[in-house]
Amino acid sequence: MSILMKRRAVLLGSGALMLGACSKIQQSDAGRGLFESVDDWHKGLQRFVRARDALAREYAPEDISPFFRGNGSTDPQNDGYPQHAANGFADWRFTVTGLVERPLSLSLDQIMRLPQRTQITRHDCVEGWSAIGQWTGPQLSTFLDLARVREGANYIVFRCADDYTQGRYYESIDMIDALHPQTIIAHRLNGEPLPIRNGAPLRARVERQLGYKHAKYLTGVEAVASLDDIGLGKGGYWEDYGGYQWYAGM
Amino acid sequence: MTRDRERNRHAAPTRVWHWINLLAIIVLFMSGLNISNAHPYLYWGEWGFAPEQAWLEVPRFPGWMTIPGFYSLAKARDWHLLMAFPFAFGLLGMWIAMLWNGHFGRDLMTGKREWRWQAIRRDIGQHLRLDFTHSDGKYNFLQKLAYGLVLGVLLPGMVLTGMAISPGMDAACPWLLDIFGGRQSARSIHFLFAWGLFGFFVIHVALVLLTGPIGHLRSMTLGGDHEPANPPFAKTDTGDAT
Repeated sequence: MSILMKRRAVLLGSGALMLGACSKIQQSDAGRGLFESVDDWHKGLQRFVRARDALAREYAPEDISPFFRGNGSTDPQNDGYPQHAANGFADWRFTVTGLVERPLSLSLDQIMRLPQRTQITRHDCVEGWSAIGQWTGPQLSTFLDLARVREGANYIVFRCADDYTQGRYYESIDMIDALHPQTIIAHRLNGEPLPIRNGAPLRARVERQLGYKHAKYLTGVEAVASLDDIGLGKGGYWEDYGGYQWYAGM
Repeated sequence: MTRDRERNRHAAPTRVWHWINLLAIIVLFMSGLNISNAHPYLYWGEWGFAPEQAWLEVPRFPGWMTIPGFYSLAKARDWHLLMAFPFAFGLLGMWIAMLWNGHFGRDLMTGKREWRWQAIRRDIGQHLRLDFTHSDGKYNFLQKLAYGLVLGVLLPGMVLTGMAISPGMDAACPWLLDIFGGRQSARSIHFLFAWGLFGFFVIHVALVLLTGPIGHLRSMTLGGDHEPANPPFAKTDTGDAT
C-alpha cells in the first residue's frame, strides 16, 4: 500500500468516523456547550447586522392566508381551561409579576382598553411551514411600563395555561425582543377573537423568531433575572424537552 | 519549484476551503434532509402549511441519509446551524481569495470566444469521449461553467435562501424575501439548490475518479503539480498565494 493510498484511506476513514462521531459529539458536554454557543452566535450575528427595533415584514390584507394553522396544543383540557372557553374567557386573568414594582392582574376587558397594535405578519414554524395572519393586541412594552419593570430583569417569561405532552408550556425572551414594537399580546386574529387552536384568549407574538416562541393561552408574563430556576432551566418548553434553540431567529 | 509546477498548484486558500467546504456541505446536506422530514412539503410564495398547497411532496429520507441517523428536528438544526458558519464565511473567504489572487479571472472566468456554439459543441463532444485534455488554461469551458455555477449561483444561493428562511434575518434584510419571491419560495429554492449541489458532487467525484483520483486528491490537499492533463504553456504564476 503506497503512502498515497494510505492517505486516501485515512481521508475516507476519517470521513466515516466523522459521521459516526456526530451523535457522540452531540451527547458530550463539550458538544452540548458548542451547540449552545452556536445559538448565541446566530443571535449575536443577527443583532449585529440588524437594527434593535428593525421590524419583521408587515403584509397587506390580501396576503393573509385563508387559514391559520394551529400547532402544538390546539385544545387544552387541563386546569379549567375548557370551562374558561365555555364562558367566553369572561373570568380570564392576565398577570404581570416577578421583578416589577407594581404587579398587575388584568381582565380581558382591561386589556382591550389599552392602546392596541394591529399587524399582518408571517408566522414561521420551526418545522418549515408559514402562515400569514393579522394580529391585534397591546404591545408587551405597554404592560411592562404599567408594571414598571425593575432593574435587573433580563428576561420576560410567558406563562401559559396549557399542559403539553411533558408539562406546562412556557417560553421566554430577553428584553430586546420584549420591548420590540411588534411584540404584542394578541387577542384577535384576522379581526376575530383568537380561536382556541391559535391560543385563545391571549397569545404572544414575537415576530422575528420562530413559532414556538409565540406562546399561546397566556395567563401572564413574569420578569426575571435568570432562566435557570424556571422549568428545566433552558428557557422554554421545547428548549427543555425537545432540545430546540432558545434563540429562534433562524 | 519550476514555473510549470507553480502554475498548476492549487493555491492554499483553495485547498483549505475545498476540504472545509466539503465537510460543511456533507453535514448541511444530511442534516437538511432530516429537517425536510419535519414538514416534507414545498410551496411557492410567502406562505404554505398544508399538503394541498404544496407543489412538491418530498419523500421521507431514511436514517442512513440524515444527520443524526434518526428523526430529530432539534439535533438536525443544531448541526445545520453550526455548519452554516464555516459554509457561509468559508465561501465569502474563498471569493475574496480568488478575486485577490487572480484565480477567478485567470482560471474560472470565461471569455467571449468560449461561448461560441461551435466551441461549446466541440467541448461537449470531447467530454463525451472522456477526453479532458483540451484547454488553453487550467480549466476547459464546461469546467469553468460548472465551477462558475457552483461558486457563483448554487453556493451563494444556499446561503441567501438560508438567510431568507430565517425570520430574524428577514427583519434585517427584507430584500431577501423580494429576490426569492417569499419565504416559502426561498425554502423551495434552498431544497432545489441543495440537490443541484448533490448533482455537481456526483459528477465532480466521477470525473475525479476518471482522471487520476490520487493525483487530484494530492494536489487538492498538498498543492503541487499532480493534475494529469496540463496545457503546454503558462499564462501567469500563481505563486504560493499565502
